[in-house]
Amino acid sequence: MSRTPLHRPSPHESALGHVTGRARYVDDLDAPPGTLVAQVVPSPVAHARITRLDVTAARAVPGVHAVLTAADIPGVNDIAPVAHDEPLLAEGEVHCVGQAVAVVVAESYAACRAAAKAVVLELEPLPAILDLEAAVAAGSVQGDLHEMRRGDVDAALASAPVRLSGTYRTPGQDHFYLETHAALALPEEDGALFIHSSSQHPSEVQAKVAEVLGLPRRMVRVQVTRMGGGFGGKETQGAHFAALAALGVRATGRPVRIWLNRDQDMTQTGKRHPFYSEYEAGFDEAGHILGFKVKTWADGGWSMDLSKAILDRCLFHLDNAYYIPSLYFFGQVARTNTPSNTAFRGFGGPQGMAVVEEVMNRAAERLGLDPAEVRRRNYYGDAPRDRTPYDQVVEASRSARIHAELLETSDYEVRRAEIEAFNASSRVMKRGIALQPVKFGISFTHSVLNQAGALVLIYADGSVQVNHGGTEMGQGLHTKMRTVAAHALGVLPEAIRVMATATDKVPNTSATAASSGADLNGAAVKQACETLRGRLAEVAGTTLGVPPAEVVFEGGEVFARGGAGRKLAFGEVTQAAYLAQVSLSATGFYRTPDIRYDAKAGKGKPFHYYAYGAAVVEVEVNGLTGEHRVRRVDILHDVGDSLVPTIDRGQIEGAFIQGLGWLTCEELVTDAQGRLRTHSPDTYKIPALGEAPPDFRVALLTGATQHDVVHGSKAVGEPPFMLALGVVTALRHAVAAFLPAGAEVGLKVPATPEAVLRAVMGA
Amino acid sequence: MNRIAFTLNGQPREVVDASPNLTLLQWLRGPAGLPGTKEGCAEGDCGACTVVLVEPEALGGPAYRAVNACLVLLPMVHGRAVYTVEGLADGDRPHPAQAALIEQLGSQCGYCTPGVVMSMFEACYRTDLDEDWKLDDQMCGNLCRCTGYRPIRDAARQVAGTRPADAFSAALAEARPEPRALSYEGAGGRFFMPEDWAGLWAARAAAPDAVLVNGGTDVCLRITKGFEVLPALISLEALAPLRALEAHPDGSLFIGAGVHLSDLEAFARDHSPAVERMLRFFGARQIKNRGTVGGNLCNASPIGDLAPIFLALGAVAHARGPGGARTIPLDAFFTAYRQTALAPDEILEAVSVPAPPAGDVRVVAYKVSKRQELDISAVSAGLWVRLEDGVVAEARFAFGGMAATPARAARAEALALGKPWTEATARAAAAGLDLDFAPLDDHRGSAWYRGTVAKNLLVGFFLETEGGSGAPRLPYRPTGTVQVVAS
Repeated sequence: MSRTPLHRPSPHESALGHVTGRARYVDDLDAPPGTLVAQVVPSPVAHARITRLDVTAARAVPGVHAVLTAADIPGVNDIAPVAHDEPLLAEGEVHCVGQAVAVVVAESYAACRAAAKAVVLELEPLPAILDLEAAVAAGSVQGDLHEMRRGDVDAALASAPVRLSGTYRTPGQDHFYLETHAALALPEEDGALFIHSSSQHPSEVQAKVAEVLGLPRRMVRVQVTRMGGGFGGKETQGAHFAALAALGVRATGRPVRIWLNRDQDMTQTGKRHPFYSEYEAGFDEAGHILGFKVKTWADGGWSMDLSKAILDRCLFHLDNAYYIPSLYFFGQVARTNTPSNTAFRGFGGPQGMAVVEEVMNRAAERLGLDPAEVRRRNYYGDAPRDRTPYDQVVEASRSARIHAELLETSDYEVRRAEIEAFNASSRVMKRGIALQPVKFGISFTHSVLNQAGALVLIYADGSVQVNHGGTEMGQGLHTKMRTVAAHALGVLPEAIRVMATATDKVPNTSATAASSGADLNGAAVKQACETLRGRLAEVAGTTLGVPPAEVVFEGGEVFARGGAGRKLAFGEVTQAAYLAQVSLSATGFYRTPDIRYDAKAGKGKPFHYYAYGAAVVEVEVNGLTGEHRVRRVDILHDVGDSLVPTIDRGQIEGAFIQGLGWLTCEELVTDAQGRLRTHSPDTYKIPALGEAPPDFRVALLTGATQHDVVHGSKAVGEPPFMLALGVVTALRHAVAAFLPAGAEVGLKVPATPEAVLRAVMGA
Repeated sequence: MNRIAFTLNGQPREVVDASPNLTLLQWLRGPAGLPGTKEGCAEGDCGACTVVLVEPEALGGPAYRAVNACLVLLPMVHGRAVYTVEGLADGDRPHPAQAALIEQLGSQCGYCTPGVVMSMFEACYRTDLDEDWKLDDQMCGNLCRCTGYRPIRDAARQVAGTRPADAFSAALAEARPEPRALSYEGAGGRFFMPEDWAGLWAARAAAPDAVLVNGGTDVCLRITKGFEVLPALISLEALAPLRALEAHPDGSLFIGAGVHLSDLEAFARDHSPAVERMLRFFGARQIKNRGTVGGNLCNASPIGDLAPIFLALGAVAHARGPGGARTIPLDAFFTAYRQTALAPDEILEAVSVPAPPAGDVRVVAYKVSKRQELDISAVSAGLWVRLEDGVVAEARFAFGGMAATPARAARAEALALGKPWTEATARAAAAGLDLDFAPLDDHRGSAWYRGTVAKNLLVGFFLETEGGSGAPRLPYRPTGTVQVVAS
């Protein structure tokens, strides 16, 4: 297997296009002459009854071709992915600032803006709930509650030697994909549409557009070439803008382009869910957790979107990597008058883990133990310490192994001692260090979504097109799929073209989400390619005079095992197959076996497996300003047998820095009227290059083959995001050095310089 | 005249009848058919639209300069050479900046990548990337949401300062200033770019309501974010007298209002470490390559980052109008929120910094913001004391972000005067800041934070300069702008 690209470094499949500017995104596409542009007319208020909506004057603005409201929707006015609670265009009431009231279709964005100003919208204000705590206090909730329980948690807490209680809030986060939402809708014959969408979920865009227009899905085809970043923000919410563009096509008969500027994107779309939790925890004096009781609420915004599944994943990760003997978890989605919050890398997992990590930190600080050691003592282990709160058995937990290896390679103990010495002698600067483990469940928790398809086409010249259901948003999925296909067919990756994701190639796909893209689509691509290789082996076997099982495909050559005889070029075999009237296209399909979850009981096996990792993070804090820096990060991450290690490293580094942003510098500030004040990079600060630690070491766990996943690999998209929780623990270590011994550290997230200075000054 | 002429990726281009409010980015993506350059924010904060201009008159000789195309109006490139991401590869052979990014996997989604490439392209041909922090500064104006930056930093380091012997190096060597005078009308708008005083006064007479613009990093936001139409603009960027940059033997400085902040940064390295220190935390490379000293001061924002350090240095503003020139002490220059003492027909010509007095002078500039790179200050400060026998003989404590204008802290200064320069004195003076200021309270920082940090900066200033004159040089990546090394 010397010439397979599998498990080998590779650049990104589109890298040359990226660096030359030739890679095209939706708004870069050459649109036909006559293409119009569309813009949303957003609600200016958080909650109101619409008493008058008159677009007559707006329609008369020069250059305007249509101004459409709910009354102009031919099909169903609903864009919700699950709950049917989200009209595409407002009807009767508006529920948040930025909600679409109408859409203008015009010859220029300037005309759109002029028309939006001419829309007569009269509103009768209604009471608005603008933040999560207010919603919890008011009982403003949506959807069912979710509970998990084990043992007698109250008794365990009552008898615990160390008891902690408190509340914890994790903030929202804007996706800040560099490419904002965009769609280009083109009319086809007989009322059909062809839509280019910047979406992680083309099948859902297809389904929602068809519903909105009252068409069968066969009349709508959706294509995604690539996205300029997604991170969950384009899992459901791209459908809105595609549907608005499609409505525009229906109304005008002309192609319609929609593209959001940054302010529109940030004010009109949902974000990571803020969570508010109330907790009680009990520990023994050695730092073992005995009981854990958590009530948590997710800020769903004004409609459900994916909030239920996000809440579920929060509950599934309130344990992180720790065995909790007795527990009660309660979760519910709150409803506020803010844009509907949506998927974002980690999907509730980070918010759940943040709670248990706060508790671990407080316990360690209370007990005077190294927080890393407290974590180690609580890892899942052998039965009975191998059952999650929802009764899935954690098989062969890798936490302890990763912990031991990373402590060693990061020189943790020595550095911790050095930091203590530094802190004792440094007045203005203090340092901190922490180890952060992660265990993250892999599978869509809505089990039916765990399926994928592929369509592989081989042309007689031996060149190959691979279609699969996953979308490319930068994560390197196409690079991995090309690798899987090249390995299966024994060709060079350059012989393969991974096609734009299209609903007319692979139908009924799931979103590229839940870190599952490579697992699910990889298995489907592999199956399709192996089917084709089987057919080609028959053909080649005849030529080579060996049984099909003895035919080897490798590096673009086909030969008999042993390599002694004649070598055929792959293209010779495909040409021979064509002449022999052998089919050179095949589909592949995969569904994840043996997963299920009973939400009522709070028990089941929702995950196919767990991904693991750990980070050691060192920070420095300036006690005069609260400014802080990450000095060094060491990560040891479990990606199984990496399909493409360079791609996985990129995912790990990128996820860590995105998590760092969530926890330290990204701050969503909303005013008393529910208007987002931080709606562009001027005021909303994602990490810049300087935030990347100068010393950033990433290693992949070796000897970590994952059974029952394509080529022994593991999902990587989300799990490393949560490694950044170690930044908070390290900051607490540094902050504690400014405080009297034994003082509680009150550090909120995001740990902005202001938050850190407050913690340092006890203010 | 209704013709804008420039070169694009080495080819001469002419544009006629375009609105002078059209940005270079809009023109590239639209009429020019070059969508490689992306819009990520339209406000100069993300760098996805980064392109490169040749700056024939850069300090130290002709240079490539990365700029945000979203904040460049098309007439501003008249007489210039522009390069975009489409113009770098030699056929199918990528430019070294592109090749390094591919090799390091510095692109994931690819949307920020064209801008990253162009910033790396500037880095490739820079001759002064001699300290690690400058590389971070070079690249910090390019936000990337995918990679976590490690591969981008590694790729940039790989090519920085390599100055390959290629067509771009040759083009740079041949770059000469082109005539840039422009009096343009198109699509109902006017754009004047005079090269001398007479031309400026004529333009102002012809268009009395015209908006003055220099680098455009602030004015253009009115167009790209506020969707205003500015029917007449007068650009000062071709006005030769504004580019003066002089260091005199007595240590005094004369800094033209049109000097780009990147040139001021290079100049300050040799002539004013305190100013250099502020510029290290100032904007991003793309902003510094277009933003000017005069723009930063005349904008008169409460948090204009040059103002506090210039106030602390006792700088003087030089105003000029059709009737002549006059000077205004900088502490009388900022009259109210975004208001200056300039008369309606005057412009800022320069700012001068007096020769430092002999003896024990200590001065530091600080800037504290939510994010260290490319962020607007929560608090900025320029702190200056002159000691005689360890006693404060003169003090100038100037702050940004603390009031409606950048301002000196009179009470705090008074509390320090005549006292031995000790930590106790610094703390006592800091307490005076509560009387001097009622700080802003917004999403960049609460009033509590601003007030507390301002006081702490004064203490930090003492601690940092305790050993004697000046301040320690900052390391590659300081944790915060205050650098107290010793306990």
